[in-house]
Amino acid sequence: MIAHAIVFYIFSLIAIVSAIMVTVSKNTVNSVFFLILDFISISCLFIMIGAEFLGMIMLIVYVGAVAVLFLFVVMMLNVAQQKNEWFNSSGRSSHIPVGLLVSIIIFFELIIVIGGWKYKPELLDSIAIEINTDLTNTQSLGSVIYTDYIHLFQLSGMVLLVAMIGAIVLTFRQRSGVKRQSYFKQISRDRKDGIELVDVENNKGVKIDA
Amino acid sequence: MLSIGLGHYLTLAAIIFTIGIVGIFLNRKNIIVILMSIELILLAVNINLVSFSIFINDLSGQVFTLFILTVAAAEAAIGLAIIVVYYRNSGTIRVEEIDRLRG
Repeated sequence: MIAHAIVFYIFSLIAIVSAIMVTVSKNTVNSVFFLILDFISISCLFIMIGAEFLGMIMLIVYVGAVAVLFLFVVMMLNVAQQKNEWFNSSGRSSHIPVGLLVSIIIFFELIIVIGGWKYKPELLDSIAIEINTDLTNTQSLGSVIYTDYIHLFQLSGMVLLVAMIGAIVLTFRQRSGVKRQSYFKQISRDRKDGIELVDVENNKGVKIDA
Repeated sequence: MLSIGLGHYLTLAAIIFTIGIVGIFLNRKNIIVILMSIELILLAVNINLVSFSIFINDLSGQVFTLFILTVAAAEAAIGLAIIVVYYRNSGTIRVEEIDRLRG
């Protein structure tokens, strides 16, 4: 129990500190690195409380794909080195104290809700899918998402497809002045377009029209 | 203090959620950091769902976390694509200079 508590506090401390560093870090590349650290520590917490599959998926999806995507975009856009303008922004910065106030109020509201919260008495009867401790986490999740939640699962596949097509369509552009290979032009080419037969008179040679 | 319960996880999620909100409100640099703050907020929601799912012994929370992960990945891809297009058209993604809508 004590080891569990120590590990929980270590990982949550790392997660909170790196979340703060994501927002206040001067360099955007550093923000992405701290985002990766945050996701890794939270996925360690997930694995620790028994949601191994989600922890591993989190590592694959976020650290492997999303964070690398962020790094690519930061690299392409050349915005890594911009001076930090936290709290000393020029001009209209009146929203900063208001934003801090609203954030603090949101935090205290969440804490109040967590502190004074109880289970409903009939909660245990309303459990949709009870966790079977004989199966592994991955096995029980798989036996649910391919049967009960199959429509949602396929719909999430459609969401990913639409996102992929949308990202490609948004960032695709046709540059002018770039020579491209046109298969249709190549295949529909005739013999007359390429070759001309000329009768050459004696001692005159051929005059080529450029 | 030493026995970790549901409240500890919920508090952690609340702290990370608030940090994400602060990152959105107070950011003056570029939109990419705002997108990262949105990822933090979604992460906090995922922590809530997973910890409820574990502590009340119901698997459906983890199923919904899986779908939230999907939607978050799609959102990140689309958002970054929009940012790339905006940067190509206007040459900046600083939050203060994106005021074409006069908001």
